[in-house]
Amino acid sequence: MGEPLLEVRDLHVTFHTEDGVVRAVNGVSFDVSEGETLGIVGESGSGKSVTMMSVMRLILDPNAQFTGEVIYKGRDLMKLSKRTIREVRGAEIAMIFQDPMTSLNPVYRVGWQIAEQIRAHEQVSAHAARVRAIELLASVGIPNPEQRVDDYPHQFSGGMRQRVMIALALSCSPSLLIADEPTTALDVTIQAQILRLIKKLREEFGSAIVLITHDMGVVADVADRVAVMYAGRLVEQGTKHEIFNDPQHPYTWGLLGSIARLDGPRPRRLATIPGTPPSLLSLPDGCAFAQRCACRFERCFTELPPLLSRDTLLSRDPMPNGHLDACHLTSAEKRAHRAASLAKERT
Amino acid sequence: MTGFILRRTLWTVLVMFVITLLVFVIFFKTPGIDPARSLAGRNPSPQVLAEIRHQFGLDRPFPVQYLVMMKKLFVTRDLVSYSNQGQQVFPEIVAAAPATLSLVFGAAVIWVVAAIGMGVAAAVLRGTIFDPLLMIIALIGISMPVFWLGEVANLITQSKLHGTPLFSWVPPLGYTPLTQNPVLWFEGLIIPWITLSVLYIGLYARVLRASLIEIGNEDYVRTARAKGLTEQRVLIRHTLRTSMITFVSLFGLDFGVLVGGGALLAEVVFGIHGVGYLTYQSLSNLDLPVIMATVVYGAFFIVLANTLIDVAYAWLDPQVRIS
Repeated sequence: MGEPLLEVRDLHVTFHTEDGVVRAVNGVSFDVSEGETLGIVGESGSGKSVTMMSVMRLILDPNAQFTGEVIYKGRDLMKLSKRTIREVRGAEIAMIFQDPMTSLNPVYRVGWQIAEQIRAHEQVSAHAARVRAIELLASVGIPNPEQRVDDYPHQFSGGMRQRVMIALALSCSPSLLIADEPTTALDVTIQAQILRLIKKLREEFGSAIVLITHDMGVVADVADRVAVMYAGRLVEQGTKHEIFNDPQHPYTWGLLGSIARLDGPRPRRLATIPGTPPSLLSLPDGCAFAQRCACRFERCFTELPPLLSRDTLLSRDPMPNGHLDACHLTSAEKRAHRAASLAKERT
Repeated sequence: MTGFILRRTLWTVLVMFVITLLVFVIFFKTPGIDPARSLAGRNPSPQVLAEIRHQFGLDRPFPVQYLVMMKKLFVTRDLVSYSNQGQQVFPEIVAAAPATLSLVFGAAVIWVVAAIGMGVAAAVLRGTIFDPLLMIIALIGISMPVFWLGEVANLITQSKLHGTPLFSWVPPLGYTPLTQNPVLWFEGLIIPWITLSVLYIGLYARVLRASLIEIGNEDYVRTARAKGLTEQRVLIRHTLRTSMITFVSLFGLDFGVLVGGGALLAEVVFGIHGVGYLTYQSLSNLDLPVIMATVVYGAFFIVLANTLIDVAYAWLDPQVRIS
């Protein structure tokens, strides 16, 4: 993997609401290297989207507060002027959103919407922008792009609209593409097509991708590295291989246990993680997952486990892209617990 | 788009037919009412009544009566007001229309511009003291009845402060045709325009603000920001553009109603002899032919305005064009 393109350091996002302070993101740090695909996984409300929206400074809520650094190509995005961040958005970092049905403006033709972005960043004629829009629509696999460029969003199906969104995001060849649950709102067959498209375009455009999802299957399909979030914190990160073959955090075990596997015997019912995530209004002092964790002990409730590299079997990577996890258990204890939980899963 | 306009026009004709039928039934077929007597005005002689019965075909079947009336309204346009010494109704309305159109058009320009300015300002300044301040001003505007506001405006500009340079330019009440003296036309209408538009400025500013804020939360506005567009462009090309769909549909209704005689109060207060004023006079004289003609005229404008607005709506919102 290449140089770090994006370095997020100790990012905190809080929202001041009538009910109190919602601590949505609590000290998240991670890197994204050039050309790599990072999958960020976690349940709804774990802070995945808020983290990446904050990176693009797209959260305009006046009650939101941000601290920490977001270094992109050597510049701290959090400190950029409104004008400069606008030049980054769309041109350097682009975003695909969850719901393609509502993410395109219903009153403009799709080609116009793509051309609008191109012309916001580059001095090109309307005609040149339109030609580029047609090429982009062709490259995301939309049939008859010369005609469809003049169609309105409601004339496209959900999967086709998501393709248009991807064309829009790639229109200025961004170095980083943030895909926020790009397949969640789509049919399963369309999901596979969109993921295949993302993989294909990754080769063509060479963009790094941050893929936000709650679907471990999607991560297994496209990600190079995986970061697992829980209650606004990273609980584990590592290469896809490490996360799937040597997961360290009990929460990751739970997520992996909830995948339906096609190889091997099928369990009678899919495993779930009992309980619900803690309220972001009053996070516990200790590990946020302790309440739901089968391996918890006293220390988990009093002391917040730091995100550290463990002496794991497979990882020899240096910080901060190594295999990190935030759990008080020792490696030996984890191996024992993991073996026990796997044995239980099989029955 | 052409198909849409064609369909919409056919629909308009149908709606107009139903309206005229309804108006006809109300005026001619209400039980216990002798239409000849209503048409004739106060204390008619038996000869006049007999003449009316014959002229309007009141001794013939219902469809004939309706057709005769419609012929008098739309084809021969020779409906006569009996309470007003046989004056023809149609030329009277034609003569009154420019005053109403001048009043409503001018007020509409003021209220659209001011309401967009106020609504956008309030939405952009959300979170500051100016937003609630603007909305309170809007609410005060909505709460002030036009006849009261008009009288107060008259009191100030025509008598109390008329001697001061501030309002000495205000001409006496009444309407001067544009073709006769454009300057006087403008000066005479400016106070009525503002008075009439105050209510609508308040109403439209509030509606627009709510719509801007609602649409500001839409996913596609977030997409527009993520594209790296300027805040200004996001506001004008994405948020405001989509908010206009609500704004325009509301505007069509209000504009149609006002041109159709809804500006009656403002016309009476400012002595502008428009269609509303004519309706007001004919109501006090029980002059049925004029009332009928103004009602049909009003309905016609409301339906016409709605058709135009629907066409504009289809232009604004591509999803409407399909169905």
